[in-house]
Amino acid sequence: MNITRVDLKKVWVPGLLLIILVLLATLSLYASAYTVILLTSILMYIVLTVSWVIFSGPTGYISLAPAAFFGVGIYTSAILGKELPLPIVIFIGGLASFCLALLVGALTLRLRGIYFAIFTFGLVELIKHLLLWYEINMTGTRGRFVIVVDNNTIYYVMFIILVILLLTAYFIRRSKFGLALRSIGEYEDAAAHTGVNVNALKTITFAVSAVFVGAAGAIMATRWTYIDPYIAFNPLFSFMPVLMAIFGGMGQFYGPILGAAIFAYLEEILLTKFPYYYMLIFGTILVVTILYLPEGLVGLVQKLRRRISGGKRAHT
Amino acid sequence: MIVTILDIVIAGLLLGGLYALIAMGLSLQYGVARVLNISHGEFIMLGALTTWTLYTAFGINPLVCLAICGPVAFLLGFIIHRTLFKRLLTSSASPGIFESNSMLASFGLMFIIQNIALIAWGPEIRGYSYLAFPVNLAGALFGANRLVTLGFAVVIGLAFYLFLARTRMGKAIRAAAQDPVTAGLMGVNINNVLALCFGFGAAMAGIAGMLISMCYPVHGVMGLEYTIIAIIVVVLGGLGSIPGSFIGGFILGLIGSIVTYFEPGLALAAYYAIFILLLLVRPTGIMGK
Amino acid sequence: MRILEGEGVTKYFGGLAAVSNVDFNVDQGEVVGLIGPNGAGKTTLFNLISGALVPKPGATKFKGENITGLKPHQICKMGVARTFQSVKVFANMPVLENVLLGSLFGTSNSVSSADAAREATGLLEFVGLSAVRATPAKDLTLANQKRLEVARALATKPEILLLDELMAGLNPTEVAQAMELVTRIRDKGITIFMIEHVMKAIMSICDRIIVLHHGKKIAEGTPQEIAVSRTVIEVYLGE
Repeated sequence: MNITRVDLKKVWVPGLLLIILVLLATLSLYASAYTVILLTSILMYIVLTVSWVIFSGPTGYISLAPAAFFGVGIYTSAILGKELPLPIVIFIGGLASFCLALLVGALTLRLRGIYFAIFTFGLVELIKHLLLWYEINMTGTRGRFVIVVDNNTIYYVMFIILVILLLTAYFIRRSKFGLALRSIGEYEDAAAHTGVNVNALKTITFAVSAVFVGAAGAIMATRWTYIDPYIAFNPLFSFMPVLMAIFGGMGQFYGPILGAAIFAYLEEILLTKFPYYYMLIFGTILVVTILYLPEGLVGLVQKLRRRISGGKRAHT
Repeated sequence: MIVTILDIVIAGLLLGGLYALIAMGLSLQYGVARVLNISHGEFIMLGALTTWTLYTAFGINPLVCLAICGPVAFLLGFIIHRTLFKRLLTSSASPGIFESNSMLASFGLMFIIQNIALIAWGPEIRGYSYLAFPVNLAGALFGANRLVTLGFAVVIGLAFYLFLARTRMGKAIRAAAQDPVTAGLMGVNINNVLALCFGFGAAMAGIAGMLISMCYPVHGVMGLEYTIIAIIVVVLGGLGSIPGSFIGGFILGLIGSIVTYFEPGLALAAYYAIFILLLLVRPTGIMGK
Repeated sequence: MRILEGEGVTKYFGGLAAVSNVDFNVDQGEVVGLIGPNGAGKTTLFNLISGALVPKPGATKFKGENITGLKPHQICKMGVARTFQSVKVFANMPVLENVLLGSLFGTSNSVSSADAAREATGLLEFVGLSAVRATPAKDLTLANQKRLEVARALATKPEILLLDELMAGLNPTEVAQAMELVTRIRDKGITIFMIEHVMKAIMSICDRIIVLHHGKKIAEGTPQEIAVSRTVIEVYLGE
């Protein structure tokens, strides 16, 4: 009885994933323009959230930098979009974020986690100020126009970014690097003494996670057509991945994906119905989740599962 | 030439006084209650906008608003700590986890408070004029409002420092900052002290907001920049050192004034440059352990 | 062969010298004990050897090579492993994964995941934790957590193992089991340098003992010599 249950799980989970993947890949063939746009947003938020979890999930180092990387990607698109073909622009958006993250990591990750959190928190505002100063003093104009790309292309680029991200995240999680990252989160000192080059691993992982955020920013910029430092560097894009990851729960791989999908859709609804209240609602949900549901939805599912199967762990 | 230098120095002290006040408040919250309150700037904003409303709508003298903003902000901070952060303290498995969770919770708080402010006051930039007449100081002209701000900041800062150093409650607070567990065993009511400190920190933010509103325009999203500046000052002064925050505030204010003289708009970048320098050379700050 | 050496190892915290001008050496295959009253600087000395702290001034050498100032992960890969006084296991990870980390990262050569898994499983058997391989480390008893730390350290294929108060907090039965484990590790050819307060263990297993007091080395010799040394007795009775 048990054997067939396990076998079924090994079959229908990948099977379901494949179906979803195919549906998403062929979306433009059957869905309305509105659906494509909505799903682009949802995929974007999944990218932001899953990439955030790659580093901050296992290590416990809270990064508040996604908005900075997203903005870097946006500006890459704005500056280079007219000169270079789209795939290269997106690649450079990711690369620029990678370099910024390497710098930030090298500076702060050899110190206590609080310094990293503080530094990344102010990064958005800092880059915004620098760009504003540059635009006022050097170029004389504020903001830029971005090339226009049709919605289907934007969707597919985001889809590809997401697929590469999911594969990367899954690989890291299951590999020895995932093990090392988790050990850093548990007891960094002991991990270092067990042969893990903690500083290098933290910095590189952080940088890798930034690539996808930069790439996502580069493609999303083409949807907004006009951007300026205020639009591009918005703390909201650091807040949302944190909210989505914590609400979804980081104990399982699907947790952040679930959280992102739910909130991306929720944001869409709230923006139309209660545009003046949605930050209040989201902020409250974050606080309530931290207080009462720290393991997120995933944790809730685990708890229910344990209650159904019954029995406590024996102490050994 | 001398006048220019004096100009810059005094402007730096004015800015520094504000920074010192904001940073001491945050230092109190982080040093004692161990909460890195990212929503600190929002309390500043609330103090500023409340003062604006009280003055422009009811004609209440801003300096009188001090007596309103301070206690109200204190109460708000006290309640928030007792309900939110105290609960987090009990549910967090380790101090490290509490530090993360409380910071994230304050992140959520930041958006909540900002949204409330946006609903209550709208997105427009507000300002008012009070004590805006110029005062001649050694050949340079300064707004009376700015001098009053500096005066208040220094007086409050010194008063608070004396409170910590001389009074019984102050000693209890310092003990709690050093070692909460032992302090608790020695009879210090830890729960009250933590919430009290958090409340004091919020009060200082509210008062700073009131002072800021006398000199600068204010609006709903002004808080973030002040939070970042407060954090940098706290790191500069040394995480957990309140005197360090006082000194660090003036240092950063002077630097800000100098940079603004040459290149307005790069002040925050200069602060971050100092931050980076600290991280490379002396992360524990000037007076940190 | 001298596998581990320290020359004038010193460390100041503020104005206080936690460790002051300590010279020591450990020969390959030896079991050397490090004893002294609380606060004598024993764990600090271990931290200075393992790379958690940097001696200033002073130098540490492993197999003749200067390891002063190297990072902990580098020193570990060279062949120096340690356990911690306050047990630092990876609490939410299963026992096997705790050891697996050592197998995967503890050596300079790359190891395939299959080999690493095999080695880790073998080590669990060696320390007697095979039955709880899937249990999260936080659910183990203290004695078992200490065994887990030892297994994790052994997974890094060390030539010398630094044990920091392995027997602290254990009941007499567990102490005897721990002593037996240490003997088996020595029989595998691994040099052992151990901090211990449990005198019975130190006296019976160690070939040599070094005594620290207020950060300084005050005595060194065989267990018999140390047992009758006036200086050592005064230090312990005087406390």
